[in-house]
Amino acid sequence: MGYDVRGPSGTTRCDHRNATPLKSDHQIYSSPMAAAATTSPAPAVVWVFAAATCIKLLLVPTYRSTDFDVHRYWLSPTHALPARRGYTDASSQWTLDYPPFFAYFSRLLALPAPLVDASLVSLPVPDAPPSFAYLLYLRLTVAFSDLLLLVSVLLLATDAHRKRRPFLALALVLWSPALLAVDHIHFQYNGFLMGLMLLSLHFLEQGRDLAGGVVFAALLCSKHLFLVAAPLCFVYLFRHYCCGRGLVRGLGRLVLMGAGVAAVFAAAFAPFLYYGQMQQLFNRLFPFGRGLCHAYWAPNFWVFYITLDKILAFLLRRLGFNIQIPEASFTGGLVGDSSPFAVLPKVTPITTFLLVILAMSPCLMKAFSNPQPRHIIRWVSYATTCGFMFGWHVHEKASLHFTIPLALIAMDSWEDAKHYFVLSIVSCYSLFPLLFENQEYPIKVLLLLTYATLMWVGFSSHFAANSAQEGKNVNEPGSISKKNSFVGWISCSYLLGILAIELWSQVFHHYVFGNRFPFLPLMMASIYSGVGMMYSWMWQLAWIARHT
Amino acid sequence: MAKPKKPRTTAPDPPTGDARLPWHPPAPPVATGLLISLAALLVRVLISVGPYSGQGVAPKFGDYEAQRHWMELTLHLPSSDWYRNTSDNDLAYWGLDYPPLSAYQSRLHGLLLNSSLPDAVALRSSRGFESPESKLLMRWTVLSSDLVVFFPAALWFVWAYFKHGVGGTGEEGAAGWTWLLAICLINPCLVLIDHGHFQYNCISLGLTLGAIAGVFSRHELVAAALFSLSINHKQMSLYFAPAFFGHLLGKCMKRKYPIVEVMKLGFVVLGTFALVWWPFFHSYEAAMQVISRLAPFERGIYEDYVANFWCSTSVLIKWKRLFAIKPLKLMSLSATILAFLPSFVQQVRSPSNIGFLYSLLNSSISFYLFSYQVHEKSILLPLLPASLLVLEEPQLYGWFMYFALFSMYPLICRDQLLLQYIAILGLYGLIYYSPGGSYKKGVNIPSGAKAVMSLTLLCSLLLQIIYLRIEPPKRWPFLFDALIMFICFSQFVILTLYSNYKQWMLDSHSRSIRRKKDV
Repeated sequence: MGYDVRGPSGTTRCDHRNATPLKSDHQIYSSPMAAAATTSPAPAVVWVFAAATCIKLLLVPTYRSTDFDVHRYWLSPTHALPARRGYTDASSQWTLDYPPFFAYFSRLLALPAPLVDASLVSLPVPDAPPSFAYLLYLRLTVAFSDLLLLVSVLLLATDAHRKRRPFLALALVLWSPALLAVDHIHFQYNGFLMGLMLLSLHFLEQGRDLAGGVVFAALLCSKHLFLVAAPLCFVYLFRHYCCGRGLVRGLGRLVLMGAGVAAVFAAAFAPFLYYGQMQQLFNRLFPFGRGLCHAYWAPNFWVFYITLDKILAFLLRRLGFNIQIPEASFTGGLVGDSSPFAVLPKVTPITTFLLVILAMSPCLMKAFSNPQPRHIIRWVSYATTCGFMFGWHVHEKASLHFTIPLALIAMDSWEDAKHYFVLSIVSCYSLFPLLFENQEYPIKVLLLLTYATLMWVGFSSHFAANSAQEGKNVNEPGSISKKNSFVGWISCSYLLGILAIELWSQVFHHYVFGNRFPFLPLMMASIYSGVGMMYSWMWQLAWIARHT
Repeated sequence: MAKPKKPRTTAPDPPTGDARLPWHPPAPPVATGLLISLAALLVRVLISVGPYSGQGVAPKFGDYEAQRHWMELTLHLPSSDWYRNTSDNDLAYWGLDYPPLSAYQSRLHGLLLNSSLPDAVALRSSRGFESPESKLLMRWTVLSSDLVVFFPAALWFVWAYFKHGVGGTGEEGAAGWTWLLAICLINPCLVLIDHGHFQYNCISLGLTLGAIAGVFSRHELVAAALFSLSINHKQMSLYFAPAFFGHLLGKCMKRKYPIVEVMKLGFVVLGTFALVWWPFFHSYEAAMQVISRLAPFERGIYEDYVANFWCSTSVLIKWKRLFAIKPLKLMSLSATILAFLPSFVQQVRSPSNIGFLYSLLNSSISFYLFSYQVHEKSILLPLLPASLLVLEEPQLYGWFMYFALFSMYPLICRDQLLLQYIAILGLYGLIYYSPGGSYKKGVNIPSGAKAVMSLTLLCSLLLQIIYLRIEPPKRWPFLFDALIMFICFSQFVILTLYSNYKQWMLDSHSRSIRRKKDV
């Protein structure tokens, strides 16, 4: 097996754990193995997962969104109808708009359902609110499918260097408040999908490229939103797996990889190709008619674009220009095909696509010129970040796709930790509008606060311990001052600003404006989170440009 | 990859920084305390999403309605009418039967509710008022009480415990405090009863906990005041009175002017009581009216199935049929006194901090087992000192907590809190067996006893499933309740004997064996 343990050296990493670069081969191989022999992280990780499962059980009676009805609906057609009718059935407003593997997954979940409640899989789906058994069953399927996430995290307990990842990094994945909120309150299956993604990242990081590629293809066939990471994976696999081993072997590997990925895609799409439903399927999967932004603006680049447009229109009208206010207003929620911009040029899907590619091109070049398994998590996260920042019709939930993998490398260095601290809080805060009922308000706030405190405790103790250990060998002048100010004052004031925004929207907005401008708090939240997301994107870009 | 065998031969490294849990030292203690408190609060909020007792069960509802009704009464009636049967206050419908501090607390919460949802506490018309908003508001009153009373008390206790060297010192103490705090704060029974079933035990228990912390940090007068407040919130706090009395008396006797010290304490206690009871002192009748409401002897020696002596032995001896109320009162009083006397005497003779905790446990469980009119929820009282003792007696705590939860199982099923019960049972197990917890410390249990214990555990697990799935036979509709009660009673008795023994052994340890065989 050809995994690069160390890869081509010559890059400098600001890594506290690797601050002593001169280690003999023996040490590199033996110390993590010996540590693994003495105390395995598995019991602690399972413990973390079990605690999360208890929390998930307690979340069963909480609010659920229409996504609950969507997934509930999908159980029936996938169970009752043959696969070829899954995408043509339109007996309900909740049509299947995930790729086929997810439909198969739904079918799997529907198998034991009749034992619980026959009405779970009957067609047409009853309109009545679900019974408790019904609710419990669907909630438990989410909790069960999270087992894949657990497996991936257990596999990821050792990193590309075969060194133990810090326990906290694994706990940060399993206890992610955003994941809990989206999956176990709002209702989706992101835990399962993220498990698949992390599994693929694990294989790629360990140098098992073929397995990584195949799993990634399976992920694409389960949720196509991950397509944004496909260019990067392609470039990386092409360079790391196929090139540099001579023409014949390289070609052979290319064919092998191509065959593996093609087989996965064939398993997913062949039935629909056979029945000539590809067009229908594509229309379901890529609803470009939905417009640039979701009803609630995801905190990305386009928020600033829209805001700029509004400000410009306002200013120009003040200056006496005749500016037409477009019919399709963003604040109304529903956005059609007509251009919603008053001043700035219209944005089309092609524009967003080109912007995404442009944004990730530095990373693609890095992956092309020097493909290293130890950077793969960072690169893939960056690619999904680009998709989130510049993509077409992005949901706020998509920020999970890079926040979760970044948790794994959050403790690689002090800067990573600081970045992740801000990013995870912003990403979770931007999900707050999803849970808008009073009952869930303290839950989401406490989930976020607990997580933030956990990071504060964990990061400061981790880096304090490591600097204490290394203090004897390496004289790092900055480490003491770093320890004292965990987050810089800019990040700190930014995070306190979140508090101010939240206070405004919960308390003061009502007093100042009454019932007018109901969209204003939401807009402020997405613009303010957008700032944090922009910071995260630029930070990741700078880090990749400098250190990989 | 080529030689995976080789590293095995190297000597095992000491655990590296990576194997450490994030909340273990050198984690910043303030942040760690905050983390555990936030997690405990989160658990409470999550439990409070579930149903409450008597939700939608007209006409009598449950404890939720009782609390809401008290808010209504105390808000609209003058204090002289709170405990009296009047046209506006039907004592038969959830009449107020807790001491005045509870009534003041109800009034305060009633004011809060009145400001945002007046319908929920309107006089008379609000009976059985239920709505999602009122549920939320009511839940938040419990949460805020918990946060204001119980959390600071627990933090103070843990601080005092380690500051004054009760617990282990150095490394062990540094690692143990997080565990102790988590165990204190996430007490599954307390959380389930307060935030699921709906009660305000967190206030009275929090005041008691504050008093214990006061004793530990040698602020006896503060402790006396807090404990008096606790009694004035729920008279059940009297279960702890022998321990407090014994310990403080013993301490005073060791001082230079014992009489003055006792007088000071007595003055504080009387002063606190006088303050709380002030509105009821205008006439003898008014005060007696309150007291008669607090001690409802006419309700019998036990009501529901409760795992105490009277209820468990009633299978053999029909106490209720054989005796009138008066002799029963006398019997239960003497049995209780006999049960807590040894631990009381021990504390008077040689008061010590750890002995005080044992004594609290012993006296409260004596009351639970033998006193008159005990509810299944009263098990919360002995659970408090048991959880404080967790670093000394991890196994005792683990065993006791499990069976205490089990003893409330029928109640939980009635309240439809099963899901919350399972989740918090799981959380309790996870905290107890947390990586880096101190559960391994403690006595070595012989293998024979271990076998019996596992058998009991298995029985209890089976019984929980049977209770849900199988209809009891028609002749004995409460067969399973009785079985649960019986198992729990047997465990509680064993635990009582054990902890009494331990308390006396403390004495003989400290003063090289003088009198040992009093147990």
